[in-house]
Amino acid sequence: MLDAAKSQAPLVQVRGLKMYFPIYTGLMRRHTGDVKAVDGVSFDIMPGETLGLVGESGCGKSTVGRALLRLYEITDGSVVINGTDVASLGPEDLRKARPQMQMVFQDPQASLNPRMTLADIIGEPLNEHTDWNADRKLARIYELMDAVGLNRRFANRFPHEFSGGQRQRIGIARALALNPRFIVCDEPIAALDVSIQAQVVNLLEDLQEKLGLTYLFISHDLSMVRHIADRVAVMYLGRIAELSPRDALYARPLHPYAEALLSAVPEPDPSRAQTRNRIVLQGDVPSPANPPKGCNFCTRCPKVMDLCRSVKPDLVEVEPGRMVACHLYSSDSMTAGSTGATEAKERSQQGESL
Amino acid sequence: MADGAAPVLDVRGLKTVFRTRGGEVHAVNSVSFHLNPGELLGVVGESGSGKSVTMMSLIGLLPSPPADVRAGSVMLGGRDLLKISAEELREVRGAKVGFVFQDPMTSLNPVFTVGDQIMEPLIRHMGMTKTQAKQRAAELLALVGIPDAAARLKSYPHQFSGGMRQRVMIAIALACDPDVLIADEPTTALDVTIQAQILELVKELRTKLGMAIVWITHDLGVIAGIADRVMVMYGGQVVEQAPVKELFSNPQHPYTRALLKTIPSLTGAREDRLQVIEGQPPILIGAPSACPFRARCVHAFARCEAENPERRAIDGRAVGQGHDVACHWSAGGGDV
Repeated sequence: MLDAAKSQAPLVQVRGLKMYFPIYTGLMRRHTGDVKAVDGVSFDIMPGETLGLVGESGCGKSTVGRALLRLYEITDGSVVINGTDVASLGPEDLRKARPQMQMVFQDPQASLNPRMTLADIIGEPLNEHTDWNADRKLARIYELMDAVGLNRRFANRFPHEFSGGQRQRIGIARALALNPRFIVCDEPIAALDVSIQAQVVNLLEDLQEKLGLTYLFISHDLSMVRHIADRVAVMYLGRIAELSPRDALYARPLHPYAEALLSAVPEPDPSRAQTRNRIVLQGDVPSPANPPKGCNFCTRCPKVMDLCRSVKPDLVEVEPGRMVACHLYSSDSMTAGSTGATEAKERSQQGESL
Repeated sequence: MADGAAPVLDVRGLKTVFRTRGGEVHAVNSVSFHLNPGELLGVVGESGSGKSVTMMSLIGLLPSPPADVRAGSVMLGGRDLLKISAEELREVRGAKVGFVFQDPMTSLNPVFTVGDQIMEPLIRHMGMTKTQAKQRAAELLALVGIPDAAARLKSYPHQFSGGMRQRVMIAIALACDPDVLIADEPTTALDVTIQAQILELVKELRTKLGMAIVWITHDLGVIAGIADRVMVMYGGQVVEQAPVKELFSNPQHPYTRALLKTIPSLTGAREDRLQVIEGQPPILIGAPSACPFRARCVHAFARCEAENPERRAIDGRAVGQGHDVACHWSAGGGDV
């Protein structure tokens, strides 16, 4: 799928995306600062590709997803989806652009209206964006229910009559109603039990194959992202730390945060769990209202250098297809002193201890 | 661990039923397990499998009605917790059994300082004076790895991050030196890097304090890293129980096997398609007369519908001591 996609233009092109939420304080509600939820994020998604977006809570991954679909008015940057800059569209044009981009939300309990029947929920996008008659709509609703594996007999039932996994199927059917090209899946399996997660992920993969969908798959579950994504972006405190092809990232993470994050995931294998070299990060994530001056990760990074505390690293391509925002890999730090050598030494030590 | 030593906690035939309008929900059905001194028992199961309800019923934390603990015995320190008075039970909670809940924000009181909340059980159960309690509280906070402990006693829960709050919860649970610590999904609400910190802390505390721990989780990865022994629950019953390495290398119950296969791995070969367990978890209304997993089991046969399987040891040792499983199929059925 990827090879074919490489020759094409990207379906989604994000450049310098910034989403600041203002903080107002005092009696006069003066604007005293910003929560920099997303602070300069750029990436491409190819048609038919799944880009995984991972990170811990508060890193801005959901905000990126919502900003992409313009559920927020973004602060700065551009979001080009299928040739249109969604970020600058006027209200009427935006409405017309909506059918091609849809979203599957995390909590199927909260994202479905409890007073609407299943048919109403799945049919609502059709009411909004088409002038079809009732029969045609119903036919489409049934078609969608078949596609996501919901029994047609359930059409007149309400969301509370379904289990979590089935509700997520309803959410997916609704997202598919208008034949979108691009779907943002915002933690679609986080609220589900382990045995149900696999069902929903398989469904998403089947639909992608059948309908040629492009996904932004937002999740904190690194092993599930390894399964579903073609490329993975690791976010930390509003910025992308590393963006790499899946296999390369999981085999050899380059950014120290990506490395620590992957090592923190518990492995369901007792013998491996004991021998594994786990990096336990100290402390907590800093507040996005007051990020560190240099690299956002410099307060917790086990490989921090002086340069990291003063200069923010840019996301640059360090190996073919692999983008990393870290001074360890930039040419500046190589010339700045012995850091390159120590880094190489650290790497070889890790290689030995593995 | 120490097989010969008497268990600190011994639960036998525990049955908890919820009375609802739709009928009686058999949330916990004849659950038996024991906890050896210094051991960490992992309890794995999906939501609704009865793992939390089991632990809450044994120290009387469930409101009655609707909950009704019908049968069984819970032996702790020579007493049956199901037979003692509410007053005595209150002494047990906190003093003998510490409890750490899933969500540290909702289980801490937002209007009291962290110090007050750690001091409360010390004054209540240990009869300490306020000054003594304060000093001990500072020690406990330092023990769970909170820097500048004495000063942080004056902080309120909202001034702590999620991981720090969970550390505070652990400090409260440890306050009276309990024999048993019950941790109910203590890291589920936390991020992976913070979860790794808490897991390290628990490992460290175990070696330092040597208490026995029951760790409830749905995450098999967490269990693999910290447990000595694992109990898998499904539909209110224990379906399999084994030492941790044995369970992961030689799972017997079809549910355990399927569960281990549905999780994609972080390393190793990447499956093209995830294995799924078809269907939904069971609804536990009505007395259980069949295997709870039968509807989703690929190996189910006539007997699974007719009879609820008993736990049966597969390594010649007594049930609960070695590896046991409750399944007709793994007993060599199917062709019967």
